[in-house]
Amino acid sequence: MTVPISPRHDETFVLNLGPQHPATHGVLRVKLTMDGEYIVKAEPVLGYIHRMHEKMAEAGTFAQFMPNTARMDYLHALAFNHGWALVVEKAAGIEVPPRAEYIRVITVELNRIHSHLLWWAANLLDLGAFTPLLYAFDDREQVIDLLERVTGSRLTYSYMRFGGVLNDIDEDFIAGTRAFLVRLRERMPVFYHDLVTSNIIFIKRVKDIGIITPEMCRRYGVTGPVARGSGINYDVRKDEPYSVYPHFDFDVPVFHECDSMARYMVRVQEMEQSMRIIEQALDALPDGPIMAKVPKMLKPEAGYYYSAVETARGLLGHRLVCNGDKNPYKLKLRSPTFSNLSLFGEVTQGMLLADALAFLGSLDLVIPEIDR
Amino acid sequence: METSIWHALLYLVGILAFAGLNAAYLGYCERKGAARIQRRSGPTEVGYAGLLQPLADGIKLMSKQLLVPKGVDGIIFRAAPILAMVPAITSMAVIPFSGNIQARAMELSVLLLFALAALAMFAILLGGWASGNKYALISSTRAVSQTLAYEIPMLFTVITVVLISGSLNLQDIALDQQGGFWRWNIFRIENGHFLTMWISFLIFFICTIAETNRAPFDMAEAESELVAGFMTEYGSMGFGLFMMGEYLNIVVAACLTTVLFLGGWDCPLGLIPGVWWFLIKIYILIFTFIWIRWTFPRTQIYKLLNLNWKILIPFSMVNLLITAVLIKVF
Repeated sequence: MTVPISPRHDETFVLNLGPQHPATHGVLRVKLTMDGEYIVKAEPVLGYIHRMHEKMAEAGTFAQFMPNTARMDYLHALAFNHGWALVVEKAAGIEVPPRAEYIRVITVELNRIHSHLLWWAANLLDLGAFTPLLYAFDDREQVIDLLERVTGSRLTYSYMRFGGVLNDIDEDFIAGTRAFLVRLRERMPVFYHDLVTSNIIFIKRVKDIGIITPEMCRRYGVTGPVARGSGINYDVRKDEPYSVYPHFDFDVPVFHECDSMARYMVRVQEMEQSMRIIEQALDALPDGPIMAKVPKMLKPEAGYYYSAVETARGLLGHRLVCNGDKNPYKLKLRSPTFSNLSLFGEVTQGMLLADALAFLGSLDLVIPEIDR
Repeated sequence: METSIWHALLYLVGILAFAGLNAAYLGYCERKGAARIQRRSGPTEVGYAGLLQPLADGIKLMSKQLLVPKGVDGIIFRAAPILAMVPAITSMAVIPFSGNIQARAMELSVLLLFALAALAMFAILLGGWASGNKYALISSTRAVSQTLAYEIPMLFTVITVVLISGSLNLQDIALDQQGGFWRWNIFRIENGHFLTMWISFLIFFICTIAETNRAPFDMAEAESELVAGFMTEYGSMGFGLFMMGEYLNIVVAACLTTVLFLGGWDCPLGLIPGVWWFLIKIYILIFTFIWIRWTFPRTQIYKLLNLNWKILIPFSMVNLLITAVLIKVF
């Protein structure tokens, strides 16, 4: 419910939402000017978890920055690993063996399912439903166990290497992944769609709430599921293919309603598409080495390099400047959530506080990735 | 009615024990129930199956410092949690648990119960206001607008029951429904009341959820929006009393529903009526409250008020009209 309001100056008050607040899922602070329960102005304030990751990249070697990438988007850490590996491989001219590329895609897509499951849970928590959180965490736990087997960590992975991956996957991992896909497909209709997607209260809370027009998406540089929920058919995996994504047959779910429900549907269907990619990759998994021959110390030629990957939240761009040294000269990340959050102020004008927080949940924010 | 001092004392102790046990163990039941629904096990550590957990929680809460933040209206801030408990316990004095277990049979006990229910709202209002916290303030304004709005359809549906029974005395209303489930107000066959009474029951039940601030209508303590609502600034036993008051309100609401619609202490098939039937009925209702809370997302304050003003109030008014006509016709 959005209404045009012109409150008298002395009738508004400022509400500090965060940096510690149950709905901001991290240390986001939003300065809200409120007229009763209506928001007059919303101003996201960032910087509470700024750790200078980009500057840190300049201080160490290329390989030393790999663990940092996982600390930015801790929910889709493998995509950040992948992005960094891709740009450095581009700079150093490293060919990655096909088996390594397939393993990368499998783990990244598993990680994407994990990220969407967690978003699903957190979004429902924002809407006041606690039970779905535990159902989603049950499934998420399976993914984490699988990834722990191959990567050695549960959340902040440093699995990718320049020229390949750290560990090979074994038969147990493949069997476990197939079993997980069967399990999730069985649970999806019951635990996810019957309980939540078709729930009348849920539909009333997300339908026609938080309209992001395609024009607004272009203005703010919105990418990922948020843009695809606004009818923009853009997915880096399809439109600027990288790795072995062109080998797989998958769809990009696009919805034109522009509301929170559309974004919800995009993410739920993306999980299904990720499962399709994993299945195809497991079927066509080639044999061979998982690491290319890479020199101990990388010293890429001086120049500008750029590569982009699709994370669970949208386009992640790495712009790397090298000067022929063993350290990166400069690194700039273009992270998706920063742009996705920037439109919060414009969309929430005149919105109710409750709706604004439901909308915030539908943006799928990971704060350490905004602040870096 | 016997009015010796022993009678009064016995009921005082009995009601306090019943209220205390319920307030403590409904929290436990809620946690266990939620855990079942969510495929967890809930409290297991303290005592057998975690049965001593409420005791441990109580000791913990009581041993904490009662923190009164700066800039808070001290007297009202301290009084509000007590005010949350008092109306709920007082209400139990007039509830007929069975034909002969009732502390005080009053002619206007229905009215008294609703007056006390309205008083319970003050605890939230005062607690939220005195906290000097914006979240608490928003929460208490929400609670007031919600409670006020939902009292209207609730009273309309109660009037239908009062019309059928011809009395404002809870004992008379319950006595009127004795003799099997077909005589209970919700299924009442005579005069064709079952046509409308189940609608009355449904409206009444929705209203009790809203009145007791339970999910999906827990606007006042929507933790993803208002942190902890009116309880944000409360710690220690202040918080504990609010929680206990909330559970007691649920018990009172369940008791009232049982007496008004489900035949009080009557057995469904007309055999051995007694207090056990009353308890079975209220705990089934309370379980339904818990079940609903852990299944649905929260609604939103304006949708909640729209539901009330646009659906429940018109329906309850039409319902009242039809009931009155049915009584006149037959």
